[in-house]
Amino acid sequence: MANTVNLKIDGIDVSVEEGKTVLDAAKKLNIHIPTLCHHEDLCVAGNCRVCVVEQEGVKNLVASCAMPAQEGMVIQTNTHKVRNARRHVVELLLSEHNADCTKCYKNTKCELQSLANEMVMGDHMFIDLVPDKNYTVDMMSPSIIKDDSKCIRCQRCVRTCTELQHVSALGVAYKGDHMKISTFFENPMYDVVCTNCGQCVNRCPTGALIEKNYVDEVWDAIYDENKHVVVQTAPAVRIALGEDLGFDVGERVTGKMVTALKRIGFDSVLDTDFTADLTIMEEGTELLTRLKKALVDKDTSVKLPMTTSCSPGWIKFIEHTFPEYLENVSTCKSPQQMFGALAKTYYAQKRNINPENIVSVSIMPCTAKKFEANRPEMRDSGYQDVDYVLTTRELAIMIKQAGLDFLTLPDDKYDSIMGDSTGAAVIFGATGGVMEAALRTAYELVTGREVPFENLNITAVRGMEGVREAAVKIENVLPEWSFLEGVELKTVVAHGLTNAKKVMQAVKDGKADWHFIEIMACPGGCLGGGGQPIPTTPEIRQKRAEAIYAEDEGLPIRKSHENPEVQQIYKDFLGEPLGHKSHELLHTHYHERKRV
Amino acid sequence: MPDKKLKRVDLIFSEDCGYKDVLAESLKMSNEKILQEILDSGLRGRGGAGFPTGLKWKFTSQEPGDEKYVVCNADEGEPGTFKDREILSRVPLKVFGGMAVCGKVIGAKHGYIYLRGEYQFLKADLEKALDEFHASLKESGFDFQIHILMGSGAYICGEESALFESMEGKRGEPRNKPPYPTIAGFRSKPTVINNVETLVYSFMICRIGAKKFQELGTADSRGSKVFSISGDTPIAGIYELELGMSLEDFVEEFGDGDTKAVQVGGAAGFCVPRKKFKDTIIGFEGVPTGGSMMLFNSSRSMYNVLKNYVEFFEEESCGQCTPCRVGCQQLKKGIEAVKKGDKSAHYLETLQKLAETMKVTSKCGLGQSVANSFSSIVDNFKEEMIY
Repeated sequence: MANTVNLKIDGIDVSVEEGKTVLDAAKKLNIHIPTLCHHEDLCVAGNCRVCVVEQEGVKNLVASCAMPAQEGMVIQTNTHKVRNARRHVVELLLSEHNADCTKCYKNTKCELQSLANEMVMGDHMFIDLVPDKNYTVDMMSPSIIKDDSKCIRCQRCVRTCTELQHVSALGVAYKGDHMKISTFFENPMYDVVCTNCGQCVNRCPTGALIEKNYVDEVWDAIYDENKHVVVQTAPAVRIALGEDLGFDVGERVTGKMVTALKRIGFDSVLDTDFTADLTIMEEGTELLTRLKKALVDKDTSVKLPMTTSCSPGWIKFIEHTFPEYLENVSTCKSPQQMFGALAKTYYAQKRNINPENIVSVSIMPCTAKKFEANRPEMRDSGYQDVDYVLTTRELAIMIKQAGLDFLTLPDDKYDSIMGDSTGAAVIFGATGGVMEAALRTAYELVTGREVPFENLNITAVRGMEGVREAAVKIENVLPEWSFLEGVELKTVVAHGLTNAKKVMQAVKDGKADWHFIEIMACPGGCLGGGGQPIPTTPEIRQKRAEAIYAEDEGLPIRKSHENPEVQQIYKDFLGEPLGHKSHELLHTHYHERKRV
Repeated sequence: MPDKKLKRVDLIFSEDCGYKDVLAESLKMSNEKILQEILDSGLRGRGGAGFPTGLKWKFTSQEPGDEKYVVCNADEGEPGTFKDREILSRVPLKVFGGMAVCGKVIGAKHGYIYLRGEYQFLKADLEKALDEFHASLKESGFDFQIHILMGSGAYICGEESALFESMEGKRGEPRNKPPYPTIAGFRSKPTVINNVETLVYSFMICRIGAKKFQELGTADSRGSKVFSISGDTPIAGIYELELGMSLEDFVEEFGDGDTKAVQVGGAAGFCVPRKKFKDTIIGFEGVPTGGSMMLFNSSRSMYNVLKNYVEFFEEESCGQCTPCRVGCQQLKKGIEAVKKGDKSAHYLETLQKLAETMKVTSKCGLGQSVANSFSSIVDNFKEEMIY
């Protein structure tokens, strides 16, 4: 057991574990100390200086987020000196900040704004520095807008990009009054190693890093009578959307979301879950095919381990960082892009609509999906397969703009076709979910029996551990899969690109014997995606994960291959997994990118 | 009233002994004995902050672990300071000697000299001297290596924790303290980081003993110190003086007869006006200095002097913490606005309060010391700020 230390804050005694900070101790007493650069997911920076407090016997104030709690400390959080200092710090930040709040995307959701509300009354104390700053706005990325005029240099984004993601697209440049957050050679975000994961957007306290929003474009399409607007919703949206619309964290709002989308005016409200199930069929078959080639045909050119390809942040990461392993990536497009390709082919045929008039919109927990939709590889339908990608946050904005009272909306069901879902598809939204869904289907395909886990829950691949390994022994297989008899299928799951890098490095160093690797770019998987409601913390991600698994358990069908619409599409349109049509529409290849 | 008179001293540069003898003798002394001598001498850091050197060594020696470091802070960047350059040019072997003795006491095998980027021209000579020094060490059988690392021209890298970051190949930004360098310094290992001059004095104390050193200076400021004297003086240069003299004596010796103010301690130090010369002691009980003494005569505009300092800090702040990064910009814009009449003279009070906030909230010594020059100049030369 860790040692405890005893200190006194505002006259109240408190004990905390050794290693905790003064801020942690204050939290334990429900004493509010304002913070800006502090974030639960990140290392301590101690650079904004908003959280200063007075420590007895120390001349200067101390930053409570960075000061370890020590035995016998006496802390005051609310003295004249502290109040003046905090007010000054906030005033200073405001003087350097483009405080045109009503025009800002983060208006009412900005941490600096709420601190200003808390502390600054009346006129600003200091001279406005913004006019002399020559701030720039980088709007060239299809995913992320970086507006330096809103930046308060807290470096949350830099720490996110470096610690959580090991990408380091963002860093600190220059010093003194010219210090700024920038990229390699100050190139635009689209032209550096940025994976568009949007984790920085999730953690930016102001409007300096935001998603590029396409809300107006989607409204225009909806109001255009000549257009048929289809919308798909990703698995992780339904368990987080409520957070932006008055629900508690972890509340599932699937039915209300469907109603809202219909009332907003989408012509068809469909589910990415459908193509998640389809992904399992294609990717599962691909894995088994690779295994057969390796084990039976002794084909040494087969690339194993195979990795998943659902996460566009991961795809761009491997293109930059481990391009020599691109052949190991499953050729399956992500569920979003499979859906897009089918919306303008299969769906158009079935519904007898000219694909030219279809506008395909997706609601994603992700900012990298915006980039993905714009990839040149994603035009196999003959059109841009997905026209607009909105984040969970943007959907919440649309729902508010539509005047809907989300809390009281009734539930509704997805439209058909391409609206059927299974529990296996829903869990795509959590780290380990693709692996679990794939195992549920592949195991059954090979043995004719359900996976040998209670209630189909493969708990070994679940959880928030950064890298998780699991092995499944395959026994008593069906005759056509005899080559797999007795094989122990070795898998590994990683989330967050720092962990992805560890896994890939192990592969590169020859220290790994896995067959199948699941990688999600974001911490927690899609439920912690860059397009999800802000804030995000380990606790919030845990609650979202619980909601996802509850949604899975509540669905009548929980295996991808049992999705009736999936069975139908193979009968009517695709033929068989990895068939000709599938190759044409559902698979692709990626390419090496430079490492800057 | 100061009772010490100005007295020139010849300790650091004196050639009355070879470093080899001192080194050999010191290496024969027990660690406890050396530590006690340094503690007893009352030597305080000569870089400006004045932390007791003996305590620094003691804390580091008490830390567990085999990997420890001695770092010589030769990133001499304070405006008006050029004494470390002189020391490194004239008596580099004594600097190395101080490092080796420190290494012996704390249990370090490696020492690093972090040399100011602009002192590149010293590097070749230093390396030559190092070869000789390493040979002497070999003779004495003491396993210690000194390496030279170059700075890149950032003032902030003279701040010890930013210096470690820079040494580790990272951006020079100060760290949060605690932990202090004695626990987690270079490569997060226990480290003694001393100014060039401090290391030489440590070495000299091993030779002359704490008692002799104590005879110089005052209770709070033992010993002598090397001063870099510049500005309106007919005899600018490097002087080793006993600590504790009055500024009046100092100005009498070095002034040009028309001195209106002395900036003690560089841009991060304090400005003392003529009327306070008599009551100001140069030392830790009065106004401390890392060595920089800039004299200004009546032809100088104190507004220009202050603006120059604030501009310096505005540019040299690392930019990470709010009070320092934005505060410096506001102080500069603020005095400009008052001078132009865009803001009333009352705005100077707002700026004084801001400077006080910078002092108490900034992450490192840079931001914390901007208020020193700002407040002392604005307080004493208010009319020059306004008209």
